[in-house]
Amino acid sequence: MRSEVDVVVIGAGPAGMAAAVAAAGAGAGVVVLDEQVEPGGQIYRAIESVERNRPADLSFLGDAYVHGSTVAGAFRAVRTDYRPASTVWQVGDLGKGKRRDVVYSRNGAAETLSVKHLVIATGALERPVPIPGWTLPGVMTVGAVQSALKTSGIYPTGNLVLAGSGPLMLQLAVQLITAHVPIAAIVDTTPPGGLSRAFFHLPRALAAGETLLKGWRMLRTVNRSGVPIYRGASHLQAHGSKQTRGEKVTSLSFRSQGTDYAIDADVVALHEGVTPNTQLTRLLQAEHRWDDRQRCFHPLTNQWGETSEPGVYVAGDGGGIAGSLAAERSGMITGLAVAQSLGLLAEAARDFISEEQRMRRFIDLSIRPFLDSYYPAPNWIGKVGDDVILCRCEEVTAGQLRAAMAHGCSGPNQAKSFLRCGMGACQGRMCAASVTEVMAATSGATPDAVGSFRIRPPIKPVTLAEVAALEQGVL
Amino acid sequence: MASDVIIVGGGLVGAALAHGLVKASATVTILDEGDLAFRASRGNFGLVWVQSKGDGMAEYARWSRQSSDLWGDFAKSLGEATGINVGHHRPGGLELCLDQGEYETYATSIKRMHNQPGVGENDRRMIDGDEVRRMEPNVGPEVVGAAFCPYDGIVNPLYTLRALHQILASSGADYRGDHRVERIVPEGTGFRVVTARGDFTAGKVVLAAGNGSPGLGPDLGLDIPIGPERGHIIVTERTRPLFNHVLGQVRQTDEGTVMLGATKENVGFDTGFNLEMMRQVASRAVRKVPRLKTLRIIRSWSALRIMSPDGFPVYQESEAFPGAFSVSCHSGVTLAAAHALKLAPRLLEPGFNDHFSAFSPRRFDVPTTA
Amino acid sequence: MFQRLPNLIRKPISFSFEGQEIEALEGDTLASALLAVGVSSLRDAPVSGTARAPYCMIGVCFECSVEIDGVSHQQACLIPVCQDMDVRRQQAEKEAGDALGG
Repeated sequence: MRSEVDVVVIGAGPAGMAAAVAAAGAGAGVVVLDEQVEPGGQIYRAIESVERNRPADLSFLGDAYVHGSTVAGAFRAVRTDYRPASTVWQVGDLGKGKRRDVVYSRNGAAETLSVKHLVIATGALERPVPIPGWTLPGVMTVGAVQSALKTSGIYPTGNLVLAGSGPLMLQLAVQLITAHVPIAAIVDTTPPGGLSRAFFHLPRALAAGETLLKGWRMLRTVNRSGVPIYRGASHLQAHGSKQTRGEKVTSLSFRSQGTDYAIDADVVALHEGVTPNTQLTRLLQAEHRWDDRQRCFHPLTNQWGETSEPGVYVAGDGGGIAGSLAAERSGMITGLAVAQSLGLLAEAARDFISEEQRMRRFIDLSIRPFLDSYYPAPNWIGKVGDDVILCRCEEVTAGQLRAAMAHGCSGPNQAKSFLRCGMGACQGRMCAASVTEVMAATSGATPDAVGSFRIRPPIKPVTLAEVAALEQGVL
Repeated sequence: MASDVIIVGGGLVGAALAHGLVKASATVTILDEGDLAFRASRGNFGLVWVQSKGDGMAEYARWSRQSSDLWGDFAKSLGEATGINVGHHRPGGLELCLDQGEYETYATSIKRMHNQPGVGENDRRMIDGDEVRRMEPNVGPEVVGAAFCPYDGIVNPLYTLRALHQILASSGADYRGDHRVERIVPEGTGFRVVTARGDFTAGKVVLAAGNGSPGLGPDLGLDIPIGPERGHIIVTERTRPLFNHVLGQVRQTDEGTVMLGATKENVGFDTGFNLEMMRQVASRAVRKVPRLKTLRIIRSWSALRIMSPDGFPVYQESEAFPGAFSVSCHSGVTLAAAHALKLAPRLLEPGFNDHFSAFSPRRFDVPTTA
Repeated sequence: MFQRLPNLIRKPISFSFEGQEIEALEGDTLASALLAVGVSSLRDAPVSGTARAPYCMIGVCFECSVEIDGVSHQQACLIPVCQDMDVRRQQAEKEAGDALGG
């Protein structure tokens, strides 16, 4: 059963919710698809449940998280066709009357929407951190620990080590400290000299003074907490030992300020920044460019968020990492642009209303150069040791990739066919960036020249039964 | 420095030919495109298939059978040289029929081939639904019968290509990726092959560039009547071994994943995705093997077959420019052994067109007699 | 490995994992409920068979894939617990089955 709709928004995080509110507010018929059961994306994950069932937890989850309640409230107040627990697995090429088919699974059955305007608001994922031992049970991302905290109010016990660099790790540390969850150690991989690096961008960052101040207070909280902090850390390795059901992590070794350490760890929370989730934009073959500062690919978009593919917009971190508040602004801007394309809003009105969002976004973005400089993207991924697993799903190592290159393998897609990296269930989400980095570092080509995996449907695994039961003639 | 032979195209056909030429002591340069080329070899299903090959051309039936017979030792030699197990098996193959019409189509084809000289129908025979289910307990009740041939098998085409590339690298063949050929100039007693990244010269040149060959043919006085035909393939997650033989459109790999095909579309050079094709493949697959219903599709792709008007290979040496050849087929996997061991040496000897006269494109010039 | 912050409001729910009954709370995802009772691995890596556990918890890495009612690659970090759900570890090779009415 295929229905035609005005707009489909994929992703109910801050950008998706804001885009839906703006478009629906102008009178568009908006369908919002999201894989989770309630809105919020990752940054505001489970905000409604937490408010309803665990309001006491808001005290340590922090103000930034609480803001999600306002965003979700505004989203619920507007009339949209919000379909949670819906997993998009295919978006077709332009077809009949220049509409695209969006195919998603809900309750084990596939449904199709035919749409002209698509807003991709699937946000970001944490940059995979391929250190030796990163596949051991107990090694996870900072976002994973935070997600468990938000969803279920659970926290790691035993020796919890936060290892990495970036604002998200700082945020988690403060949340845990505030909740009196013990942290065994913070292994900070931020290269020393952050302030002098970032000093050049400080004047601009002052425009987002409140955020800067918040950050400074967070740093102070962590520094005063008594948690051991190892600075300028590098050469991280997770080590495990066998127990009844396979290995799990038991320690983390690293180098800090000239000394080698090995500390006990039952849970290691890694973090090296976030990167745009480009699975859908790659599926649609939109143009992407490598950002040298953030060391990741992002889709090219115009001022309204439209990609190189007609009718396909990106709002939020999926277009480039800018943070949750900027995501709301860009969602609103894109929503207005879509409304104007549908003829529901005059160009002048669109420009006028979006102007305020642009200004606010500019201010929100003011801190970005400072942050990107203070917390630079890691530069070691291209040079990881041969033994390190790059593709977790198919267990392909960096050494195997380099060997294939020596035999003439010229790019990620050939690497995929020779080695199976990128062929597993995660469809390259965990390894694509690392593969590009290793191939670029080994060959000397730029990441843009190396490129990335070709992405094809289904972008999430779907059963044969479900596909066999699709109606005929879907694109 | 000039080599004996330049091969344009580093896929299964080009790499197999290069391997055979190196074994025959020729010096070889292979010019291949970059990471994002059409690369039919990457989209291949991996069948080493004999049944149904050559309905209308006895020589092709014989050639396919010969290659299948050579494949076992070929796979072993690749394994010994590289340590790569290319996963070759020849348990026999079944083309399942979901209705009487399909059954009749195959039965009629067998009768026709039986009347052809040489290997005839290659011992292919029809079996009824009950016998199919005795041979393959996982085949479902909708299957009315099947065509069976004991010489059908499978191999992992990606590992095969990887093994060939590895052997070529270690045997001193000059493999150049990212060297798209722009044109070829006959010069003196040989050829100069022009790429954006430099020129290469050789006494002989072979076009094995799949759907890229026709564009280069005119430079060498070669008419190569082939064109793209799109096929969709989907791959499931790994599962325990389900089959004793190879099912034509439902094939389980050594890793345990199940590959499903096969569709045909004429859409030019478009490797985009058609969900309706995926639906057809999924629908037919679960009708044939109901147990597949709960398996998740992990990957899919479409690729362009190299298709001649009758579906049979096109092999020729240029009459205007002797020493220039074209080798084109849609069965690069099945024929890899024959290409390496039987065809490649012929490139170094006179009389290529006589030996492979059945596969000459001249057959398309002659009006067919009833 | 993980422990719950105290909570009195949320409704208890129980489901089965590998045949064992697991106590969870309403709002948990399968992944967080299993981490909360100390299950350290939800599946085995397909090539080496080594134990794997959730890495990203946001539906990207597929390390939390479990099998529910015969269907595999269900991402435990995205699925809310339901009373009496029958959850199994994902095997390296999944058994093709007739769960959907063969």
